[in-house]
Amino acid sequence: MNRWAYLLARILQMIPTLVVIMILVFALVRLLPGNPAVAILGDRVTDEAVARVNQELGLDKPLPMQFWIFFNRVIRGDLGESINLKMAVTRLIGDRLPITLFLTAYAGLLAAVMAIPMAVLSALKRGTWIDNLIRAVFQIGLSLPVFYVSLQLLTVFGAQLRWFPVGGIGPTPASNFYFLFLPALSLGFYMAAILMRSLRASILEVLTSDYVSFARAKGIRPRLVLTRHVLRNAMISTVTLFGLSIGQLMGGAVITETVFAIPGVGRLMVDAIFGRDYAVVQGLTLAFAVVIMVIFLLTDLAYTVLDPRTKVA
Amino acid sequence: MSSSTVNVGAATVVRRKRLTVKPTMILGIGIVATALLMAIFPSLFATHDPNKFDYGAILQAPSAAHWFGTDNFGRDVFSRVVHGARTDLQIALFTTLFPFIFGTLIGALTGYFGRWLDAIFGRIVDVVMVFPFLILVIAIVAMLGPGLKNMFIAVSIVGWVYYARLVRGETIVQKRSDYVSAAKVMGYSPTRVVFRHIFPNAVTPAVVYWMTDMSLGILLGASLGYLGLGAQPPTAEWGVMVADGKNFMTTAPWISTFPGLVLTAVGVGFSLVGDGLADILRPK
Amino acid sequence: MTSAEPLLSIRNLNTTFHTNRGPLHAVRNVNFDLQPGEVLGIVGESGSGKSVTLRSILRLFQPPTQVRGEIFWKGEDVLKASRRRMLQVTGAEISMIFQEPMTALNPVLTVGSQILESLNAHEGLRGAAAVTRATELLELVGIPSPRERLAAYPHEFSGGMRQRAMIAIALASSPQLLLADEPTTALDVTIQDQILKLILSLREKLNMSVILVTHDLGVIAQTCDRVAVMYAGKLVELAPVRNLFTEPKHAYTVGLRLSLPEGGDSRQPLQPIPGSPPDVTNLPRGCAFAPRCAYVTDACREAEPELVQTSEGHLTACIHHAKLPVFGDGKA
Repeated sequence: MNRWAYLLARILQMIPTLVVIMILVFALVRLLPGNPAVAILGDRVTDEAVARVNQELGLDKPLPMQFWIFFNRVIRGDLGESINLKMAVTRLIGDRLPITLFLTAYAGLLAAVMAIPMAVLSALKRGTWIDNLIRAVFQIGLSLPVFYVSLQLLTVFGAQLRWFPVGGIGPTPASNFYFLFLPALSLGFYMAAILMRSLRASILEVLTSDYVSFARAKGIRPRLVLTRHVLRNAMISTVTLFGLSIGQLMGGAVITETVFAIPGVGRLMVDAIFGRDYAVVQGLTLAFAVVIMVIFLLTDLAYTVLDPRTKVA
Repeated sequence: MSSSTVNVGAATVVRRKRLTVKPTMILGIGIVATALLMAIFPSLFATHDPNKFDYGAILQAPSAAHWFGTDNFGRDVFSRVVHGARTDLQIALFTTLFPFIFGTLIGALTGYFGRWLDAIFGRIVDVVMVFPFLILVIAIVAMLGPGLKNMFIAVSIVGWVYYARLVRGETIVQKRSDYVSAAKVMGYSPTRVVFRHIFPNAVTPAVVYWMTDMSLGILLGASLGYLGLGAQPPTAEWGVMVADGKNFMTTAPWISTFPGLVLTAVGVGFSLVGDGLADILRPK
Repeated sequence: MTSAEPLLSIRNLNTTFHTNRGPLHAVRNVNFDLQPGEVLGIVGESGSGKSVTLRSILRLFQPPTQVRGEIFWKGEDVLKASRRRMLQVTGAEISMIFQEPMTALNPVLTVGSQILESLNAHEGLRGAAAVTRATELLELVGIPSPRERLAAYPHEFSGGMRQRAMIAIALASSPQLLLADEPTTALDVTIQDQILKLILSLREKLNMSVILVTHDLGVIAQTCDRVAVMYAGKLVELAPVRNLFTEPKHAYTVGLRLSLPEGGDSRQPLQPIPGSPPDVTNLPRGCAFAPRCAYVTDACREAEPELVQTSEGHLTACIHHAKLPVFGDGKA
């Protein structure tokens, strides 16, 4: 089976999972305590007002019917309207998702920049004080809470040294590399710790393999041996780990967005959950699911490209 | 004890290395033990009453009287941190125990029996894994209401999935290994094969993961505490303490900094123990 | 025998590893020469130091492993050469092939790119010229459809073809010496035969010398001109191949010889060498083979015997060489 067929097959496989997720989301939101009609009306609750709102929101129909309406709307791209923010959910997501995606990607980039050289250095100098120091630092990084790092970075570099703004996003997309540096760094540090460990272990394993000895026996320059043979093989499992951990990154984005007051989907989700904003919760959950499933798919594809031994079948 | 060879007749087939304990593991055990002591006997360590307001001594920097300084209510930060140990260690335990037990069981069963059992649980695991863990937990806590107990429930609902996947993978590998075939050839009953041979080996990575999971559990509990969803005042919890101090970062940074450092240290302690365990139990 | 200058001259080679349990002298005072165009076999059991010897020649070990002595390659002591000089020699003048081609070839790179890598590094070939040369090499080692196979990955080859591909990579710069570390051990017997014949034909065509390391006396018999026998890190016997088989002059070699099955009329039972391989970190005083030797006397345990010459080109480190049995001429 060639790659395109595989891709198509995987996309088709995503559909049943998506449907299951839609059902779960639908059920979950209905389980949130509190009647949304009551929440909307606030003080002006009367029986007929409640009945009217119920009818408007379609809450008086039988559940399967509600789901069918919901399902149809979703397919058409209508995710409803936010009760609290009075905007179409699709528009809300459209505004904010790119910001969170940018933050997450930026964090991933910083994580890679921090992790890869350190992993190489640590592995090549195994057992020396450099190795131990690097490992100690990243070990601490694994246990540093994201909110703590965010807070400290914000305080020191934002409030006190004033090297960076204390939150929010920039006026243009390009300026976000500056505005979102601190948040991305605090998110990325944890990810860097995870990546560094995995990469270091892979490099150490690869260094003892026959093909590295053979490459040296061919008289190839050491730097080439490192990049073409050692890293090229060691990165495979780390790249897959990275792809699978993006979900964790997005979870951490919730916290970073809260500390740095960034208008992304992480904060939107938390606000919506507390504000009983059903439509937003539903829409966002679906959006998360789709994004992460796409990333998983890309990771799998990347793996088949990186490792020619995998059979695309 | 040196590394032993596979012995199918014996009770366990886990091969152990020479029992060389890494110095970092000892450090980890030390940290965890200290935290444990603080949790069980806080009055031994605390210098003041953690909940006592003292408006005459607010926002004081660390000194001989108040080792970690005081917060905006005049409470002694050090004593609060000491008392927080109990809360956070409870969090470590209760956010991981149920997932460990339930997840391991499910993983072993689905890995061994496969087929429809695997299909059902496999799907559930896949769906859960698609969502960021933190967001799911927040959603469930929002549903149930903030508080420690609900947090434990929320994490348990979602967390078992990771153990299940881990143990399932190991069980499948063990199922196919040579010594299981040998055991079957010797006529051992399936139950015996599962419990005395496959299970101990498949569970080992889960035990190792449990240690690191406790470190993650503390982080999670603290994160939820920071967001206001975990421990509720006046319970002392390190994440809550960091949140309490966030508005005073430029004037009284010690309020947030010390709980954060202790939090990190205990987390490191658990992961060091986990790493040490991984080394000891590694089958090579 | 021409009295040409030896191509390779090894003097007092000592290679020591540093392990948790102390220093491990894997190669101890090894001396031998190699003539141009010669096939020298090194035979011994696992742990005898034969592979380590090969890798020491190419300086493949990193500190803290120590390699001492002198290795003269065309008159130049490569153990003292600069890293840059070594990079020039390795893979270009001296090439090496490994035992297991599946693990020795990088699984994520095509065979072609692995050949081109050598061509780039040593011959400076790029582009179309490099591809042509690579195709020639694959053809030289007998791989069908060489042009197409350049784009294939190692796992897409069969065992024998993989070994041929590895040989092709090793030959990229027409080396004058090929170090072959158990090249056929991982292969089926029939493929083994093909590969050995290939190596011999390449020796003819390219006038290449070969050092072939193996534990299999049968392979030695088939391919080598001279043989060195190693035991516990030491060279214990060195002889032309015929002499080694008909008149082995070391008790260990006799043991190896006796454990070879012989076809034909005489159906003698196989006689394995008693005892277990030596622990190189904890050798007894005297001859390392003494604990397992059928001819051992007290003198053997006094001191390690030196190599002595028993006849033209035949050296041995056994003090009882005169008492050893003689075997028939050219049996199957």
